[in-house]
Amino acid sequence: MTVAQLPVPPARGCRTTPLLKERGQREVFCGLTGIIWLHRKMQDAFFLVVGSRTCAHLLQSAAGVMIFAEPRFGTAILEEKDLAGLADANAELDREVARLLARRPDIRQLFLVGSCPSEVIKLDLHRAAERLSALHAPSVRVYNYSGSGIETTFTQGEDACLAAMVPALPASQARELLLVGALPDVIEDQALALLKALGIGPVRCLPARTADGLPGVGPNTVFALTQPFLGDTHAALIGRGARHIPAPFPFGEEGTTAWLAAVAAEFGVPPAHFEQVTAAPRARARKAVAAHAATLNGKSLFFLPDSQLEPPLARFLTRECGMTAIEVGTPYLHRDILGPDLDLLAEGPVISEGQDVERQLDRVRAARPDLTICGLGLANPLEAEGLTTKWAIELVFTPVHFYEQAGDLAGLFSRPLRRRALLNPEAAE
Amino acid sequence: MKLTLWTYEGPTHVGAMRVATAMQGLHYVLHAPQGDTYADLLFTMIERRNARPPVSYTTFQARDLGSDTAHLFKTACKEAYDRFRPEAILVGASCTAELIQDDTGGLAEALELPVPVIPLELPSYQRKENFGADETFLQICRKLAKPMARTEAVSCNLLGATALGFRHRDDVAEITALLGEIGVAVNVCAPLGAAPHDIARMGAAHFNVLLYPETGESAARWAEKTLGQPYTKVVPIGAGATRDFIAEVAALAGLTPRVDESRLRQPWWSASVDSTYLTGKRVFLFGDATHVMAAARIARDEIGFEVVGMGCYNREFARPMRALAKSYGLEALITDDYLEVEEAIQGLAPELILGTQMERHMAKRLGIPCAVISAPVHVQDFPARYSPQMGFEGANVIFDTWVHPLVMGLEEHLLTMFREDFEFHDAAGASHHGGKAVAAAPQASAPAAEGSVPEADRPPAPLDTQAPDPASIVWLSDAEAELKKIPFFVRGKARRNTERYAADKGLSRISIDTLYEAKAHYAR
Repeated sequence: MTVAQLPVPPARGCRTTPLLKERGQREVFCGLTGIIWLHRKMQDAFFLVVGSRTCAHLLQSAAGVMIFAEPRFGTAILEEKDLAGLADANAELDREVARLLARRPDIRQLFLVGSCPSEVIKLDLHRAAERLSALHAPSVRVYNYSGSGIETTFTQGEDACLAAMVPALPASQARELLLVGALPDVIEDQALALLKALGIGPVRCLPARTADGLPGVGPNTVFALTQPFLGDTHAALIGRGARHIPAPFPFGEEGTTAWLAAVAAEFGVPPAHFEQVTAAPRARARKAVAAHAATLNGKSLFFLPDSQLEPPLARFLTRECGMTAIEVGTPYLHRDILGPDLDLLAEGPVISEGQDVERQLDRVRAARPDLTICGLGLANPLEAEGLTTKWAIELVFTPVHFYEQAGDLAGLFSRPLRRRALLNPEAAE
Repeated sequence: MKLTLWTYEGPTHVGAMRVATAMQGLHYVLHAPQGDTYADLLFTMIERRNARPPVSYTTFQARDLGSDTAHLFKTACKEAYDRFRPEAILVGASCTAELIQDDTGGLAEALELPVPVIPLELPSYQRKENFGADETFLQICRKLAKPMARTEAVSCNLLGATALGFRHRDDVAEITALLGEIGVAVNVCAPLGAAPHDIARMGAAHFNVLLYPETGESAARWAEKTLGQPYTKVVPIGAGATRDFIAEVAALAGLTPRVDESRLRQPWWSASVDSTYLTGKRVFLFGDATHVMAAARIARDEIGFEVVGMGCYNREFARPMRALAKSYGLEALITDDYLEVEEAIQGLAPELILGTQMERHMAKRLGIPCAVISAPVHVQDFPARYSPQMGFEGANVIFDTWVHPLVMGLEEHLLTMFREDFEFHDAAGASHHGGKAVAAAPQASAPAAEGSVPEADRPPAPLDTQAPDPASIVWLSDAEAELKKIPFFVRGKARRNTERYAADKGLSRISIDTLYEAKAHYAR
């Protein structure tokens, strides 16, 4: 079987495109939301938000039905009396943590997660984590990070969490590959299998599934990011002497191949062997994407900022599915991390960072894109205006990375378009 | 600090959003950090609204903290006015902005906008969502409503319906029609569907109909005092309450109550013989106080259940809730801690739970049938079809909703008759509850074979982990076998009752006789 070749890299990518930076109302989640998928990944961790009823309500709204499954997260809600004096708040926190750990003896890692209220009243959760770590050692290790809206946007919560773990990782002199970013288990297993077939190892993951599996880090560690939103973790790992392997992110056939190729080059895998290992899954991925590309080809695309996944996804959708990007919005753009993806994204779209949601919606309405990727607060209102939308949060919860999911990833974008055509057969003529 | 996983109510500013989103021509400028926009999706997803809630957020970030936040607020307020041109503006702070203490009301006044500005003080570390809605609606009425001449024909206002209200949309339709039959026109329905200019003419109504005390009582009391409008005290949920409501309205309007009851089917459905098995079914009620108190009356007096527990999560209504529970011989459970509710349910082992989304999930875990009677609810309880809770159609809807999760009388009888049948054996479960049919376990016939073994030689039967005193009570295998003949959906109760009976009598072993003595003891 022959497979179609990917388009050649554009003469000019978007790496140096001037950013449209905006400030104003942002329609995004705060970093607390990261807890929803992080706690699934770290099986012996509990995430305790120190915040308000709003924080608890947010987690409840974002977690949907998952909250009924005794999840390993909760909120210590600040009450009036906690605001009156700070000394009292620390004692209250210690008591709640002791109660929690008594009830959940299976917990090995406890994250004290800062929120807007706890940051504004300057509750020192860092010191609280140190104090509680000493108190509950050695069975429980207590970390802290901030998932507050004033500091973090959506997936940045994962970055803050992982970056908080880096200083505590054991030192290691071993030459190991570290995969950084919480992936669904099925994806992580596929990635590990591919790397093993390429003869690359040992490979460790951050986050690990349990506290026992925490990787070591040191000057011989090389790491590859599987998610684009890990700027602080990237810096923290470099701070520990590890070296980053720059690569496009593993979305679609092209992204996965380029990502694997970058890692393979680092470990001196012979090209013939690389070809032999990747040929079959590459062909499968192309075939699976082709099934959806027919729907997506030639359609225009507008990303509102949400997760920082927007630039690599725009690269996938334009190059592998034939879409045209009008605007690629992202809450933050780490140029160093996203450089390889921006090189592959052909010049043309507006790359915007930050948001003034009203002005951005004016641009959406003026452009009338075929597909708008946005949050759930905007999706139905835009549908009611006759625009087709794909809600963005699903891209974070659904397995979308690497070869076997390339078709599913394209399917997430083609489905709303096929649905609109199905429900409006006369308009599709 | 209090460790929380589930919250029955959101924060106060979500209550204010429910009022703002319910209304037209009003805009809410909320001083809040990035991320608080999550609440938008409650309206666009759960209620499936086709427009964004009329709320602008200042979205301050860490670097703005300090004097800059006040400037941000003023800019957001000005831009919101310029873009949306509302008739009135609500301004307020979310929990984080409450801590930084910018005076949103004062800042907005300083802009000298050409429309009324209504500042909201919503203490987010003390109060919750329902308070936020009630207080917001009160402040809107205080600012905009004025005493005025009454309408010529008898009219009333409908107070309390909001966005994200459990069945508010259809309750308003049902009650509007009902009032029309009595001869009373609706002057203004608010907040749901009203614009600020409608609030301004609320004073023209002769009286107020308070649909939902949780979200409208403060405004109703204020209107009584300031606009001279009495308000209705009966919430028309259930056939009996609806009749009382009609009498109350007729008295306030000075009209003779004449209402067509021909579409009310619930009383006959309840009287029909297939409903006999509902008699004395043990039911537990939890939710907001208004819906629970209405449900208690329906459950006991109109369907014939036995109410074994009731409570509410909104402390504001603890007093009437306690009084009502007392009249049912119960102690009300007033808590917003779902673990306490779950504990109460486990202790009471009811046969039906009427509650909120949380109770629905507890019921699923405990294997108890359940129906939803109150917010908080999820997307499936904002249905496309007409489904009020109030009025006569509401009574019909309630009967269907509550009875469906129970195994119907005839079905129950047949299941009992054929309980040894290969398709209806215990392990098969109830397929219409999503259970999967499985083959009968091979040991099903084992007890009969064991019959020849002297009782003393047999190993003790496995103990139920929920037994009151598992260390001291043993089920003899004959009794265990007999217990298995009891239909699975009542077996747990039979087991618990028998063990409690045995414990009370100081018995350490349960025989067939003990089982039947216990059955006779607990017979009702």
